[in-house]
Amino acid sequence: MSVESDIAIDVRGLTKSFGAKKVVDNFTLQVARGNIQGFLGPNGSGKTTTIRMLCGLLTPDSGEGKCLGYDIRRQQEEIKRYVGYMTQGFSLYRDLTIRENLEFVARVYGLEAPEDAAQGALERLGLVARADQLAGELSGGWKQRLSLGACILPGPSLLLLDEPTAGVDPKARRDFWDEIHHLATQGLTVLVSTHYMDEAERCHQIAYIANGRLLASGTIPEIIAGAHLSTWVVTGEGLDALSSELKHLPGVDIVARFGAALHVGGHDEAAMERIARRYSAEGVHRWKRDEPSLEDVFIDLMTRAGPDQ
Amino acid sequence: MSVEQSLPNSVPRPARRGALAQSWQRVLAMFVKEFIQLRRDRPTFAMIVGIPLIQLMLFGYAINTDPKHLPTAVLTSDDSPIARAMIGALRATDYFNIKYVARGETDADKLILSNKAQFVIQIPPDFSRQLVRGEKPGLLLIADASDPVATSGAIAAALGAADQALDRELIGPLASLKQNAPPFEIRIHRRYNPAGETRRNIVPGLIGTILTMTMLIYTALSVTREIERGTMEALLAMPVRPVEIMLGKIAPYVVVGAVQMSTILIVASLLFQVPVVGSLFLLTLLTLLFIVANLSVGYTFSTVAVNQLQAMQMTFFFFLPSMLLSGFLFPFYGMPTWAQYLGEIMPLTHYLRIVRSVMLKGSNFGNLAVDAGALAAFTLVAMSVAVMRFRQTLD
Repeated sequence: MSVESDIAIDVRGLTKSFGAKKVVDNFTLQVARGNIQGFLGPNGSGKTTTIRMLCGLLTPDSGEGKCLGYDIRRQQEEIKRYVGYMTQGFSLYRDLTIRENLEFVARVYGLEAPEDAAQGALERLGLVARADQLAGELSGGWKQRLSLGACILPGPSLLLLDEPTAGVDPKARRDFWDEIHHLATQGLTVLVSTHYMDEAERCHQIAYIANGRLLASGTIPEIIAGAHLSTWVVTGEGLDALSSELKHLPGVDIVARFGAALHVGGHDEAAMERIARRYSAEGVHRWKRDEPSLEDVFIDLMTRAGPDQ
Repeated sequence: MSVEQSLPNSVPRPARRGALAQSWQRVLAMFVKEFIQLRRDRPTFAMIVGIPLIQLMLFGYAINTDPKHLPTAVLTSDDSPIARAMIGALRATDYFNIKYVARGETDADKLILSNKAQFVIQIPPDFSRQLVRGEKPGLLLIADASDPVATSGAIAAALGAADQALDRELIGPLASLKQNAPPFEIRIHRRYNPAGETRRNIVPGLIGTILTMTMLIYTALSVTREIERGTMEALLAMPVRPVEIMLGKIAPYVVVGAVQMSTILIVASLLFQVPVVGSLFLLTLLTLLFIVANLSVGYTFSTVAVNQLQAMQMTFFFFLPSMLLSGFLFPFYGMPTWAQYLGEIMPLTHYLRIVRSVMLKGSNFGNLAVDAGALAAFTLVAMSVAVMRFRQTLD
């Protein structure tokens, strides 16, 4: 028990196929308690399927593991008690009010005083004034807050959040992440899937998945170091033309536009240096060696993973 | 719980109840949720009261147990005042609407076969002459008894009317014919159904059919609705068991069914003067059992169906044979044996026996134990199938 106490998620070799398609392939991950684990990858890469296997909604074809010390194959009932799962779409009852939804959750989890628990959650969420409004009438940001509130109402030990901030405005996203960090400091473990780089950067650890395979995992510096990418930041006029030219150059693995700058990178450092020297000699653009950003690494990972099969 | 020990200092966890209390509370959670959703679903809420009322009015009045003004043909070549008086007397009963004059027996047959006429009154050519001579001629009333319900009242009325039909004509020298017995005899031909089974109890039967239809539909949509609205995934991720979901989803509709039953019973006694001869308590109890049986069938469909449309289709596939084979539309013992066996599977068959016996004959529980047992067995089987079929994962 003491061994497991510090590891909230510990799964090895999870594999899941739907028909002939391997949606998740040999997925291994460990998440320490109190950590915020970012879960990234393109659409259809298998993030949702992985999360569903973690919370007992899907049975893996092969592989094994534990969530909160409970076997994900055999102890799904226990897992459901202590894991809060926030689905990708809004999955509370639209035709129930906010209060009724929270009371429903409180009862389903067997809380002693469901009405009080719901009232407490309303106060925490700042939704007291809207308590009797139908959940379906809330805006995207409030729906997401309510969903999170419903998830943490029963006091879970692990939160699985599937793209919780999709379609939510920047201010609400920021508040949401502040809340997640607050929860993590209280000992809650959070696994959150996202497409946003700024959100990824707020995670303690990141796992990157594409085509069902885990391509990179670790802290941000670890992932950046592990990519072995040499990058240059290019500024100046006519970046679009330069971009299409560079894309076809051997030795260049990523060309990505970031605002007014172009990020150009490659795995072969010597080749990249030659290219940078040649182009900066032309004097049209300014080439500056820089550390690859997390996004550079992800673009590189995505390119290398190839298109979705 | 190992988690609470192994993962201390988590977010403060609210106290939870004991295991059994938690289970009941989860059923209650489902119940409350379903009830609120039901209340907010205005069209459905309107249907709860609307469907029984509309159906009862429609069937109660449309299925006339004692229809009058039935299309009738007259076949006669006797144009005497006596024959005309006979026809006049039958017309005066209000049961016969003499629409056709047949030109011969084949013509009369054709009128009946084509459903244009339900009766043919046949007066033999020399009816009045034989009558005057005191030979007791026969008057033939041919009835299309393929619908015995429709014809029995008219036949009874015809027999009564004929007695006095000739009172005014048999005067003077003919007065001697007006003895105790009528001077002629009426022969009835019940065609297509000589036995003329006339016991039919539409209104009690309607309680069963209406409940079957409404109860089936309510629960048939309950699981597929969660799937289609995207709430199923979250529900499955919560610690609620299939049995608890089922009980919590069925319970609100038991209340709904009870409301419907009361509505029908009140309307039945106010508008159709159908009394409850037997025990109202027994009727309520067994009706609740029947309601639960139908709710569990509907819920089972819901766990099998992929979407709401499929669930609706299954409901109708179940409803139609229930109507046809239960004895609601046709006398049960008039059906062939294989159909009777099929009928015995339907909850409605057993409930019709229950409701008709209690309401009309005053039967007690002892008389109906077999049917009640059949309903209970049916409910258990349906619920077991539903719990087994319920997909606890998204696999």
